[in-house]
Amino acid sequence: MAAATPPGTLAGETARPGQHTWTHRLVRWLFIAVTLAFLAALLLAPLATIFAMALLRGLPAYLRSLADPDTLSAIRLTLTTAAIVVPINTVFGLAAAWAIAKFEFRGKSILITLIDLPLAISPVIAGMVFVLLFGLQGWFGAWLQEHDISIVFAFPGIVLATMFVTFPYVARELIPLMQQLGNDEEEAAITLGAGGWLTFFRVTLPKVRWGLLYGMVLCNARAMGEFGAVSVVSGHIRGVTNTMPLHIEILYNEYNFVGAFAVASVLTLLAALTLVVKTLVERTGYRRR
Amino acid sequence: MSFAKPSVLPGFGLTFGFTTLFLSAIVLLPLAALTLAAASMQWSDFLAVVLSARALGSYRLSFGASLLAASINLVFGSIIAWTLVRYEFPGRKIIDALIDMPFAMPTAVSGIALTTVFAPTGWIGGLLQPLGVQVTYTWLGVTLALTLISMPFAVRTLQPALLEVQGELEEAAETLGARRFYVFRRIILPTVLPALLTGFTLCFARAVGEYGSVIFIAGNLPMKTEITPLLIVIHLEEFDYQGAAALGVVMLAISFVVLLTLNLLQAWRRRRHVRAAH
Repeated sequence: MAAATPPGTLAGETARPGQHTWTHRLVRWLFIAVTLAFLAALLLAPLATIFAMALLRGLPAYLRSLADPDTLSAIRLTLTTAAIVVPINTVFGLAAAWAIAKFEFRGKSILITLIDLPLAISPVIAGMVFVLLFGLQGWFGAWLQEHDISIVFAFPGIVLATMFVTFPYVARELIPLMQQLGNDEEEAAITLGAGGWLTFFRVTLPKVRWGLLYGMVLCNARAMGEFGAVSVVSGHIRGVTNTMPLHIEILYNEYNFVGAFAVASVLTLLAALTLVVKTLVERTGYRRR
Repeated sequence: MSFAKPSVLPGFGLTFGFTTLFLSAIVLLPLAALTLAAASMQWSDFLAVVLSARALGSYRLSFGASLLAASINLVFGSIIAWTLVRYEFPGRKIIDALIDMPFAMPTAVSGIALTTVFAPTGWIGGLLQPLGVQVTYTWLGVTLALTLISMPFAVRTLQPALLEVQGELEEAAETLGARRFYVFRRIILPTVLPALLTGFTLCFARAVGEYGSVIFIAGNLPMKTEITPLLIVIHLEEFDYQGAAALGVVMLAISFVVLLTLNLLQAWRRRRHVRAAH
């Protein structure tokens, strides 16, 4: 997920000896053709299919399937989950980046590896660990049942599983950025008598705001789109614990393709919006690593 | 905080404390629970689950398809990265932005879209059908889904590495009469080799744990098109938590090996950087 190609790359730069021979031109066109063909088959065709299938029976049918009460409740659940998870993981990301980028301490690289851990773990495992902890036969299962609290197959489980899989996103964007920007300005502010919070809000936050925004947007995209982890903890109760991706699965398995792809198209537009924000953020000059 | 170097900046205790506490609560404690659940099993029971014919079949598919997908991405990811870095053509910027689409899209959406395109009635599946190639509900479909969702890792790891290749070196070599292939083998390949290996490992790591996009296109037949994460879900749905935990520990062990490999690769890249600077 590194930066886009910056301007002034080798593309179209100086002519090297022999660059305009026919072999060079052939290789060039071959590479471009393979790139376009590969992406067309694997990426563009599926993207186009989503909208073609969603609009198969026309716009009214598309809108009708989005207005279905179960679909609306899935949209509401997904939005609520993201509204809880993204702010919490943002606060975590800021705290982790401050501790890691501003200070030298032993075991720092281990801490960074542990923060990245959820990215290396299957989403299914991310969901399963919460079933093992809070499920009926889980560690706290009996206690939770006594007190009539349900976490697994209920809303709190969905939030926990989503938090697990989106855990590293904000921190990963902020740590390299803050390390690269250094501590000089913060140290100057503190030495001149500013308090810690003032320094953070007036010096650090403005410097990292684009990286922070990008991290939050990525976190949000994953939070709204997570399937595997949420699928394990949700219990698939229609209209109650069905998020948008889970609702897509149900509609698809019922052969309600227009409905499934209608919901999918909404999430695809969200993904496209995420990429637009990413492109805009990169244009401001912020670049990872 | 004696283990931290003194600094004029405040807030180490607060932020470090919050980070480790939150990390432990959300990630480490749950993972410990998984390991303990598997550890509470009898050794023979554990082996019976982990080495059952069905589990072995799922490893074969999960590993085989993930390795294949990572290899495909190694080849096509290199071509795509090279094209995006070296050539100027209309639409390059849009293509470059689109590379991240599989990251931004929910896996379930990728799954149903790919299945529809490659089904015998789909746009591409319809073309493959007369050739006798069946993609959906076979291992081919699994590989395809894993290739799509891990593709950005290969391209995004290689792009910055290709930018680092020094144009002057290539020019000097060509001026001195080196053939293009020789330049590639002696100048370009050594520079991008660590990135190639890192990209491959990242693709594999992402592919081996993938669930959402695969289950739609796989058909999910036991022993044939059933991936390991799906087998875990099946154990959970049968309330066989221990069996699920046992398979989960196997997957977790693989994740750790992959993370270790990545850290070693990173250390290797850093050492080469230091050497190159001297």
